[in-house]
Formats: sequence, structure tokens, C-alpha cells
Amino acid sequence: MAIPLRLRAAVSISIFALLLILPSCSAQDIQVVNAERRIDLTSHIIKVFLTLKVENTGASPASEILLAFPPTQVDHLAVVKAQVATGKRKKKTYTPLDVNPKELPDAPNGTKYLSISLLNPLAAGEAVTLEVLCILTHSLEPFPVEISQSESQLVYYHDSALILSPYHIKQQITFIKTPTTKVESFTVVDPTHRAGTELKYGPYNDRPPHSYSPVIVHLENNSPFAVVEELVREVEISHWGSLQITEQYKLAHAGARHKGVFSRVEYQSRPGHSGVSSFRHLLARLPPRVHSVYYRDEIGNISSSRLRLGALKSELEIEPRYPLFGGWKATFVIGYGLPLEDFLFESPDGKRYLNFSYGCPLVETVVDKLTIKVVLPEGSKEPSAVVPFPVNQYLEKKYSYLDVVGRTVVVLEKNNVVPEHNIPFQVYYHFNPIFMLAEPLMLTSVFFLLFVTCVAYLHIDLSLRK
Amino acid sequence: MVGKSEPINGTAKSQPPPSPLSPKSPDLLSGYFSFKSLKLKTKQQELLIRVSILCLVYVLAFVTRLFSVLRYESMIHEFDPYFNYRTTLFLTEKGFYEFWNWFDSESWYPLGRIIGGTLYPGLMVTAALLYWGLRFLRFAVHIREVCVLTAPFFASNTTILAYFFGKEIWDTGAGLVAAALIAICPGYISRSVAGSYDNEGVAIFALLLTFYLFVKAVNTGSLSWGLASAFGYFYMVSAWGGYVFIINLIPLYVLVLLITGRYSMRLYVAYNCMYILGMLLAMQIRFVGFQHVQSGEHMAAMGVFFLMQVFYLLDWLKHLLSDTKLFQAFLRMTVTSAVGVGAVALGVGTASGYISPWTGRFYSLLDPTYAKDHIPIIASVSEHQPTAWSSFMFDFQILLFLFPAGLYFCFKRLSDATIFIVMYGLTSMYFAGVMVRLILVATPAVCLISAIAVSATIKNLTLLLRAKTKAPQSASGKGGSSGKAASKGSLDQSQPFQKNGAIALLFGAFYLLSKYVTHCTWVTSEAYSSPSIVLAARGAHGNRVIFDDYREAYFWLRQNTPPDAKVMSWWDYGYQITAMGNRTVIVDNNTWNNTHIATVGRAMSSYEDEAYEIMRSLDVDYVLVVFGGVTGYSSDDINKFLWMVRIGGGVFPVIKEPDYLVNGEYRVDKGAAPKMLNCLMYKLSYYRFGELTTEYGRPPGYDRARGVEIGNKDIKLEYLEEAFTTSNWIVRIYKVKPPNNRW
Repeated sequence: MAIPLRLRAAVSISIFALLLILPSCSAQDIQVVNAERRIDLTSHIIKVFLTLKVENTGASPASEILLAFPPTQVDHLAVVKAQVATGKRKKKTYTPLDVNPKELPDAPNGTKYLSISLLNPLAAGEAVTLEVLCILTHSLEPFPVEISQSESQLVYYHDSALILSPYHIKQQITFIKTPTTKVESFTVVDPTHRAGTELKYGPYNDRPPHSYSPVIVHLENNSPFAVVEELVREVEISHWGSLQITEQYKLAHAGARHKGVFSRVEYQSRPGHSGVSSFRHLLARLPPRVHSVYYRDEIGNISSSRLRLGALKSELEIEPRYPLFGGWKATFVIGYGLPLEDFLFESPDGKRYLNFSYGCPLVETVVDKLTIKVVLPEGSKEPSAVVPFPVNQYLEKKYSYLDVVGRTVVVLEKNNVVPEHNIPFQVYYHFNPIFMLAEPLMLTSVFFLLFVTCVAYLHIDLSLRK
Repeated sequence: MVGKSEPINGTAKSQPPPSPLSPKSPDLLSGYFSFKSLKLKTKQQELLIRVSILCLVYVLAFVTRLFSVLRYESMIHEFDPYFNYRTTLFLTEKGFYEFWNWFDSESWYPLGRIIGGTLYPGLMVTAALLYWGLRFLRFAVHIREVCVLTAPFFASNTTILAYFFGKEIWDTGAGLVAAALIAICPGYISRSVAGSYDNEGVAIFALLLTFYLFVKAVNTGSLSWGLASAFGYFYMVSAWGGYVFIINLIPLYVLVLLITGRYSMRLYVAYNCMYILGMLLAMQIRFVGFQHVQSGEHMAAMGVFFLMQVFYLLDWLKHLLSDTKLFQAFLRMTVTSAVGVGAVALGVGTASGYISPWTGRFYSLLDPTYAKDHIPIIASVSEHQPTAWSSFMFDFQILLFLFPAGLYFCFKRLSDATIFIVMYGLTSMYFAGVMVRLILVATPAVCLISAIAVSATIKNLTLLLRAKTKAPQSASGKGGSSGKAASKGSLDQSQPFQKNGAIALLFGAFYLLSKYVTHCTWVTSEAYSSPSIVLAARGAHGNRVIFDDYREAYFWLRQNTPPDAKVMSWWDYGYQITAMGNRTVIVDNNTWNNTHIATVGRAMSSYEDEAYEIMRSLDVDYVLVVFGGVTGYSSDDINKFLWMVRIGGGVFPVIKEPDYLVNGEYRVDKGAAPKMLNCLMYKLSYYRFGELTTEYGRPPGYDRARGVEIGNKDIKLEYLEEAFTTSNWIVRIYKVKPPNNRW
């Protein structure tokens, strides 16, 4: 197996060597003095911490710094966050920077770019240290693709030993952290060093722009590959004091597929050896003061869950009906109520707004497609949503209990959501409190009419008998 | 009848004006209200009390059936309700025409089943209409909630019906008591708790409705009531196969009336209208079709119909012919010839095959031992067993003693209506004795007749007390009371201890009735509210342990098997697998094809290689067995296994029951028969069970359901592999391996 790996690596290297000859368009007057990359492979959500010390060697000030990604990685890129550190050691403060995708006309080999807008343009000769966090999903490829119950899960991780960058990098180093010490194989690009759970590529000196040197790491990773293929969160606002949340999950184990027998006796008697890549528990972090929590699926209540209420957060530990092995799926619904005053506020201009957290409450899960539906109360007008990252938005209508004109639903859709997306978003709308009375009035009038008919009936009945 | 009951009602109503209240209330009311119209008159008071009692009973009947929701959850129970739920879901999603033409390829693979033509759609249509109605009123309910609460809702409606029926056959008091009794009677609750979404839930309502409307029609002779009862009958036919009981009881009742010389024009109108229209309407149900004119079970009604015409003719001729002797001769001639023609027609019809003979199910009702010898598939169902005395006691409690008392009162005041209820009571009690599930049919009759007993007794006792209390107050007070009370009063004077006796008896009645209430509540909460999908047990520390293995397995099937996978299991689980697992099954609870079930029984009782051939021929992908050896759950497949052998052996003589028994004894331990130890069912149930220690201090492989150590611990599977076993091992699913590659 090692031979084809080497071969592939060699081929890729030669391709990128060709690329190097091509004239590069990006501003060559910026160079990276020092780059350090730490790749965390302990879970199926890969975190890449990149520290870049960038120097402007040109004459004109530069206002943006480009990050380059190979096209295969861009699709799996969930989050890219950049920040700049200012101040000296102890008084260091971090300022987040804007990151936006950028198209360059002649990107070599389909390389995609993201540009980081600096706060103040980098003057000539100055240097700045940027810290970048990239989160990758679906980037660990199980191999073997199918495993039996007693085997543990091995995955491939593809990356480059050299940081892909449109700039000249003077010195760089890459650390890869593996979950266990068990690493089947890894591509060697000297100097490469492995110690314990850490794999070190580098340091490499003076690499030209767009240098690339593919590496493959074949490692053991038994962390739960919990992927929510589709999640619909419905937030229903009732101005009578509660917020009702219904979350519909389609959960799957995205790791190596389970093959052959599932033996309960082995699963029960040897928990450490049997089905190590499977998972049974999931933890959902819910807001504090949550009430009326339920956990069910299409065929009824699932009786295995535990709720811990706390002052800062509530934790709901859920267990799907069966342990999830690779490729197995489970769908379920979690619903809960929240006090309205914690999430609904009035803005100075008289609008009301809902301040709620985006993202999936399950910890350590990737959501392939997340749809948030905010059901505004009947009679609310001019809805608008403020979300800190790009989402697909549109409006819907929904009819719930005793609705006449229907409720406006603000739908926010986003693909590839990771826990880092659990940040608040806002939905603003106008609401006249008089609409709150519509439904009670309707009910009371119905009952009033009922009693009036009864009274009338009794009296008419009496007069008829006489 | 109506004429008779009037004076009693009159006396009952003339009693209540409470002398201490009436002088007070005008002052009180006039003090607060300026108008006097709000003051309640006696009749209004009575009405108010009656309506509030009925409302309370209505609510009580509903809430007592919610134990299952409180103890477990809002879910569908048992086996058949899952089919009903699945079809209702289909109906609400796809609409009525799709439902009516539904060919279901997910069951009875590879035969399939024409659902629209083989079910009673009444329940599904009712639930769908309720659902659409609620949706229209903007109640965002889920169809499951509607289905779960359909049975309690109809039980509540039944109480109202019982009130009207009781009023019709006796008086309002009996009606109220009947409503209260039927609201909590365990015999009825057993089939109508929340979640038991079965045909019987609405059928008992429809049954009582038909009977009530028919009695009303007989009492009034009105065409409109006859028409209404025909529609009631139509609803019953659409809801449950038990309509056969109506179509046989009513002719029987008419026949009895004819014989006892109670023939009247009212009866003629009521029966003809009900029979003709009811028959025509019933033919609209596809599953019933032309059975009303073609099946032996329905011939009694037709015979009585023709007999009625003969009677009418004779009645008319009697008017024409003045000579009685001539009429007698003519009567003899016509009756003999009519009976002769009828018998010949029946004989010819049966011989030519136009009239189908009685079905086995019907036969087994008349002869309780018939099913045991001839139709094992009917005999294998626990609810088809003859009823034990204990279950009568369990389901009726004091009603069992009140029933004969009520019969006594009915016989004392015979009328067309009381004759009906007596006949209904006696016949249904017989059927209840034949089959456990038919206790349900007897329940309304038992409640009504017992209500008559309770109401009549209490009324007599209170009349006694009232007459006594009035007597010392004013000597002239007697003149106002009714003749009956007066006679009692005169009796009192001769028997001075009767007042105390009456008080004691009243307390006794009160005690018995309160005992009935506690018994009913206890039975409902303990025995009849378990969904049987979710099993609950008490843990070692008194905590509640839930075994949710069925749904675990079904949901696993639903999520992790190919959508077209075929699952073989014993037929009990067929409906649940299709409804919850959403996978194709080979056989299910609609046991329409005995051979197919026998094939599955044969596969289960064969050796693995023979079974593999059968399973390959049926395209089986997964085999599901239910196993209680770990938890001690006794209604598992090993305990049902002998029925599989019997049913399989009934069609395929290669399967012989003695092969699985040792000296006529059924064992699974070391002493078991070799064929037993190696048949597919045994292997699948106990595969790798020998490695498991189930109970402390017992050898591994100790079967807790049967209390023995299993006989074959070294089970190797060649053609199947374990695909899934639930956490408590209750459901085990095996995958059928594809055939070996030939190269």
C-alpha cells in the first residue's frame, strides 16, 4: 500500500513543481516570514490553527492578505476565522478580522483564495502576526471503507506538508495531532518526525509561492463520526411567554461502514474491544431554564435520555434507540420550551427581536444542512434577519393552533455547520400586542355562544312545554 | 312502552320538589336578581341535574381511558391498531380514492393485499374525518393523537347512547345509571383505552346506536327511526365484522316477537325499513359486498324478512276472510308452504354454491371446540379462547350479580324493548362465554340490564323511605304520592323495620357501587393500560424499568435496511413491522392466507438448510424472532412455537408435532427433542445465548422465561447471520446470506 501512496505523492509533487514555474499574479511584495500550522485530527471535525507572520516587502501598503486552499479542501471548509494580535506579550489583545472569498483570474490548478482584510493597511516593511482558524469537515476518509464490529476505524487524512500560499514562505512547520499513537503510515517529506500523538513536518525553509507537497496520514480515529445530515430547527415565538423549539434530526454515523454481524453479546460483554468506533450517547447543550423537553421519533417516545439543568446551561444526554455503527442512521426529534424573556427583546426603534443561537445543540457534530425556521407570532410584520455569516433566507407561511391569517416564518438555511457556528443571530419584526388577544377572544366568544345557545334552548324548551 | 313509563317518570319528577329549598330560593334570587325568570323550575332542575350528570359521565369515560397515556405515552397499542394507524395515515395523506384502491405490496409478499377491498373502513374514515375537521378548525393536531383518542372519544359517546337506550327501555334513572356503569366497565375499557385504535372502539358505539335506533323504531313504528337505524347499521358494517351479530340478533328478536304474538305494524315498518335499507347500504362496503344475499350467516335475516311478509299477508287476509275455520286452514297451508319454499331455496342455494356456507369463525362461535380441531390459526389467538370465570368477574364484577336481577325486572315488565334487551343480554353472554374478546359485545347489554336492576331497586327503596318520612309529617301526604308508593306505605305500617332495612339496603347498594368504581379504576390502571409494545417492570430498587426493545428493533429495520427488504417473522408481528419498521413482510395479522402462514411456520420449524430453501423462494432478506429468555418475557416465539408447528403441519405434513415433543412434553433444555434443538426457531432464538449469564448463580444460557438451562449452547449458523439484537435481546434480527458464489 505504501508504494501507490508514494507514487501518488510523487506525481502530485511534479505537477506542483510545474506550477511553480508559472508566473504568479499575486502581490509578490508580501512574504510570510514564519508560518506555523497545527492540525488537530482528534475528532472528525478537523481544526487547523495557522499562525502567519506576514511582512510587506514591497513599496505600497497592503490591505489584504490571501489564504490559499486546494479545491478539494474548500468544499469541506466550514469556518475560517482570522484574528490579529496587537500589543506585547501580556497585554495582547485579539481583534477578529473579516474573511471573504476572493476570485483570482489565473489561480494555478483551481486554487481557491480567501482574503483577510486587515484593520490598517500594512505599510511597507512592516510585519503583522495573523492567527487563522480553519475548520474542515468530512476530510477524514475511512480506509478500509467497511469494518467489522471488532475492528477499529482507520482513516486517511490528505493534506500538504507545505502550506499552500500565494506568498513566499521563509520558514514553516506543520504539526499534526493524532487521536492515538496508532498511525498506520504517513508520507515522509524530510524532515518529518513522529513522537507520540504528534507528527511534525518541517521546518522547511524558503519555499516559493504555491508550493505543494501532498501527504497522506493513515491513522486510527475512533471518535464518534456523528453527522447530522439534515437538521430543521423550528423556533416558535409565543408572546404569551414561551419559545417552543422543535429540532428534527437525521443523524448518521459517517465513519467506516459496519460490515457483517452485529453481535449483542460481544457488544455487551466486551465494551472496550467491540464496536469501538460506534457511539451510543450524544450530548445536547441547551440553554438554561429549559422546560418540557421531549425526545422522540416517528414511532414514539425514546425512553433513554437524561436532562441536567444548570444555571448556565442545561445538558440533555440522549441515546438513540440503538448504538450507531458506521453507516447506520437514526432520525429523531428533540423539542423544548424556553422562557421568552431570555430571548426576545425590544430594540430602541420599537421593533422586537429574537436573539437566538444558530447551529446545532449537539456537541461535536457536523450538520450538513441546517434549516432554522423562526415562526413569528400571527400578525407580525416586516421580518428581517441578521446573521453573522452568509445564509440562504426566505419567508414561509405556517398555520398553527387557531390561526386565521397564518404565521410568517423566516427560514434561514446553511450548509456545513459546525459547533463554531453556535453564535447568536437576530430576527427583527414589528408586532402589535393587540394580536395576542385574538385567539383568547375567539375561544371565549365560542364558549359564550355555546352557553347562550344552551340558555336559549332551555328557555325555548320551557315555553314549548307550556 | 312509552305510555307505561310516563306515569313512573311523572312520579319520579313529582317527588323531587324539595320543600325546604323552594321557599328559600325565591327570596334569595329576588334579592340579587330583579327578574324571576332565572328561578329554576322543577323540570329545569331535573334537567340540569341530568345534564350535569351526563356531562360528568362523559368526561369520566374519557379520562379514565387516559391511564395508558399517563403511564406510558400517547402511542398506538398492540398489533391490529398499528395496521389501522398505518391505513389511516395513508388515507389522510393520499385521500379516499387512493385508499379505496390501495394495493399494498408491503405485506403478504409476494402476494400483496388489496387493502381497500379487505378492510372495514369505518374506523379509518372516522378518524380521518375527525382529523380533517380539527385541521379545518385550525387545531394543529397530529393524526396519531387523533387515532389514540378516537376510542376514548367514542366510548364517551357510547355513554350518552347508553343513557338514551336506558331511557328507552326503562326510564331516565336507568339511563343515567347505565351511562355511569358503561363509562367505567372494564369489559369495555379493555378495548377502548387511549391508544387502542381498533375497530371495536367505534364498533361498540355503532352497535349500540343501531340497537337503540331499532328499538326506538319498534317502539314508535316510525319510518324515520327505521331509516336512522339502517344508517346506524351501515356505520356498524363499515366498522367491524361483528355486524353479523346484529344481522342475526334482530331477526331472532323479530321472530321471538312473532312467536309470542307481539307482531305489530310498528315492528313490520321498523324491520323492513331497517333490513332493506341496511342491506343495500351494507353492500356499498367492498369487503362485505353481496354477502347479505349470498352468505349463510346472513340468511336468517332474509328468512325473517320473507316471514314478515307472509305474516302481513295473513293479517290482511284475516281481515278479508270472516270465516275463522277457513282462515285456519289457509294459515296452515301458507305457513307450511312458505317454510317449505324457504327451506328448498336455502337448500338449492347452498347446494349450487350461490349461498356460501358458514365460515369457520362463525362456526367456532356456535361450537367452541370447532376451531381447536379444524382451524389452528383461530385457536392460536389468545383472545379467541373460551372465557374463564375469572375474566367474567374481572370484567364485570358486581354487574355479574346485577345482571340476573335486571333480567328479573325486565321479565316483570315485559315490553318490546325489554324483550330486546333481554335477548341481547342472553345471546351476547353466551358468545362472551365462547370467546374472550366477545365480552366486549356483552358489556353494553350487561350494563343496561344491571342499570335497570340498580335503578329499580334504588327507586323502590327511596320511595319506601320517602313514604315513611312523609307519613308522620302529614297524614294527607299519602294522597299526593303515587299508587305504588301508597301501596308500599301501607306495607310499611305492617312491617315496622322496613325503613331500617331500606336504609341498610341503600347503604349496601352504595357500598357495592363504590366497590365497583374502585375495582374498575384499579383494573383500568393496572391491567388494561399497557400498550404491550413497551414493557414495564419494577427494578431491584423499586424503580421503573422500561423495555422498549420492539421499537428499537423496528426502528433499526426502518433506518438501516434497504427500503425493499423483506422481513420474515411470525404473523403476530407483521402489522407492527410494516407500520413501525416500514418494511415488507411475508405474513401479517390479517391471516387471510393460511398456506402462506403455514409456509412461514414450516420454515421456522425446519432445519436451517431446509428453511434456507424456503426463505430463498420467498425472497426473505431478514428474519425476525422475539425472544424472552433474557428478560423473562413469556409471550415470545419459543412459547408460540408449537402453534407454528401445528399450523405448518396442517398444510405441510412433513412437519409433525410429535417430533418437537418429548413424551408429549414441550421442552427446550437438554431433554428436548433433537428436531426441536436444531430447528430454525430454536437456533435463531438461542444463537450465542449460551455465552450469556442471565441470572446470578445460574449457569450461562439460563432461559429466564422458561426457567431452564438451554439444551443446545453451541449453535452455528450457516445460512444466516446475526444482523441486530436489541439491548434486552427481546427482538433478534438475522440477515439471510446470499447464496454462495458458484465459482
